[in-house]
Amino acid sequence: MPDQSSGPASIPAPLPVASLEPGLVLDGFRLEERLHQGGMANLWRVTRLEPVPGEDFPLIMKVPRIKGGEDPATIVGFEVEQMLMPALKGPHVPRFVARGDWTRQAYIVMEQIAGQSLRPRLDEAPLPLDEVIEIGSRVATALHDLHRQHVVHLDIKPSNIMLRPSGEAVLVDFGLSRHDQLPDLLEEEFSLPMGTGPYMSPEQVQFVRNDPRSDLFALGVMLYHFATGERPFGQPASVRGLRRRLYVDPVPPRAIDPNIPPWFQEVVLRCLEVKPERRYQSAAQLALDLQRPEGITLSKRAERLHTSGTIKTLKRWFFALGSEPVAQATVTEQVARSPIIMAAVDIDHATPGLLEQLRETVRRIVQTEPGARLACVSVMKTARIGMDELTDKDGKSLHVKQLIALKHWARPVTRALKLEDGRLTFHVLEAPDAANAIIDFAAKNGVDHVVMGARGNSALRRYLGSVSAQVVAESDCTVTVVREMASA
Amino acid sequence: MKIALITDLHANREAFSAVLDHAESQHAGQYALLGDFVGYGGDPAWVLDRARQMVANGAVAVMGNHDSAVLEGPLPSMRDDARAAVLWTRAQLNAEQLAFLAALPMSQTQEDRLYVHANAYDPRAWEYIQGRLEAMRSLHATECRYTFCGHMHEPMLYHLSGTGKAGDFKPVPGMSIPLLPNRQWLAIPGSCGQPRDGNPAACYALFDTVSHELSFQRVPYDHDGAAARIRAAGLPERLAQRLLTGD
Repeated sequence: MPDQSSGPASIPAPLPVASLEPGLVLDGFRLEERLHQGGMANLWRVTRLEPVPGEDFPLIMKVPRIKGGEDPATIVGFEVEQMLMPALKGPHVPRFVARGDWTRQAYIVMEQIAGQSLRPRLDEAPLPLDEVIEIGSRVATALHDLHRQHVVHLDIKPSNIMLRPSGEAVLVDFGLSRHDQLPDLLEEEFSLPMGTGPYMSPEQVQFVRNDPRSDLFALGVMLYHFATGERPFGQPASVRGLRRRLYVDPVPPRAIDPNIPPWFQEVVLRCLEVKPERRYQSAAQLALDLQRPEGITLSKRAERLHTSGTIKTLKRWFFALGSEPVAQATVTEQVARSPIIMAAVDIDHATPGLLEQLRETVRRIVQTEPGARLACVSVMKTARIGMDELTDKDGKSLHVKQLIALKHWARPVTRALKLEDGRLTFHVLEAPDAANAIIDFAAKNGVDHVVMGARGNSALRRYLGSVSAQVVAESDCTVTVVREMASA
Repeated sequence: MKIALITDLHANREAFSAVLDHAESQHAGQYALLGDFVGYGGDPAWVLDRARQMVANGAVAVMGNHDSAVLEGPLPSMRDDARAAVLWTRAQLNAEQLAFLAALPMSQTQEDRLYVHANAYDPRAWEYIQGRLEAMRSLHATECRYTFCGHMHEPMLYHLSGTGKAGDFKPVPGMSIPLLPNRQWLAIPGSCGQPRDGNPAACYALFDTVSHELSFQRVPYDHDGAAARIRAAGLPERLAQRLLTGD
């Protein structure tokens, strides 16, 4: 029998951090120099006493700053990070190496990412639009990778984003993050909304901690700030101030700088929608638009030059009072139900029967997922060498012609499924090799499922090789190859 | 080393064997059996013989309320199905098997781990850990960092922070959860022999004593076979049915 009279378990307080100094060896790691002293943690450059094969990157040790052992925010945030980081992988997070026990000295050893965070770039805002778009698409790609690993970051801001020399965005600081297959240690701990004021999504203000679309809101705030030099919701210091974003619109970016193109305003204001279901449904869908703005359908958001009037704002304020966000699906479900489907259509060469079969297959696949997005792609072959005729004999652009044909092909699907704006895009790619163009588009835009036709004519297939076979073999995502049924 | 935590076996031979096979494939080096070896299922003698052999080889085992009821007669609060099973079970067991049950301790500790069937605050009263309040009460009643218990048939994980805040978590099978030593943890692996969360697969959990990682596991087993044994024993049909649906 356990001792019934004993009180609450005594949990040993971590040793004071002050005793850490250069030269000290902790669990085989030697502290070399302190790189950074932050409010919540110190960062040390460390080396292994005995190098580990394959660990060919510099290491840092993150050590929480505990003030008197009674700082729950720091302690629990660090616990969350210790719990989450080992579960994460890929180029968009620092590689996890080791964690230190709280009973002796809490720490996390991880890969040191070279360079600075995006924080200093804020002081240079407004940045050139091309650069803002580049940052946005890299961060969106990183977020999609994180969301696919069941994690919502919940503190996306420039100081938590670094860029690798190779260009990939790396997300750091998972102290507020939520992994939907691990316990949420923060859920019960605090009675105030958790996050960074200017970036916090409306649902985060209302204590929702499992919606990946919260990260897209924060990224929208970043894009707005980088493009205009201003914060869309200021820098509120109170919960009341935070709640204003539930009913007050941000000033449209084009009202601040008329040179900002309408499509960019469309993208940013869509990220900043109050209701998550009106935002992009996945980070991959946002990345796709940033990389291929020509496919974006503009809505009223793109034209807006003023914030909503007083009456409308008052109305929203009233409905925001005491409103609770609807229960959310898990991160995993949200990501899974918002796939990007790519229909690769060979408008010029496929038989009418195959085109119809392809359309029907696409319709069925898109129909099963209400959050799915359809990208219709056609490849316009260009010569490998030399100049191409890009206009026909009447002087009409072949590119435009193909786009019209592609839209015409998709019309029955888009009508049948009522694909509202933003869920449907059209792209004509110009490339010498159709298979490579399709594989490349799918990889760069986070496509989940490629649907394409098989080349019907076997003589032609023998001579030219099969485009679909190459896509199936070399693509990372699911590929469905549609074949025209031979008539009896 | 990995410890396989198995509880609420309920005389289900098919589920217990499948779980033991799975644990072996996961390199479990030690076993903790958290009570309710018997009751409900059709194969109490086999399950007890197997458990006895495991305890002889170093496994931990504690007493459950159904085990106690077989020895001392059912409590007045026991439902009809359970009561019928207890009376039938008693008649199936030989002296050795009954002696094994009678020798089971109410709880055991190993380093910073407590094993108990129902809860740490009053193990003999068989109160259920239905939520955070009971979990907190149980965690307050022990110095151990980790409590492993059964009694509740649904897998669940509770934790208590240094600041006294409790949380709960419904685990996802197969996911490794680091039970960081900065807080106290109470894990309920879920029932091996009579799952009740809508999934008929047998439950158990693996705890790694070095990395402090816990993973909840689900093991599909021949529940049709187990249900057939219940029917053959003449036990209530409901007890056979619920193995098929896991409710």
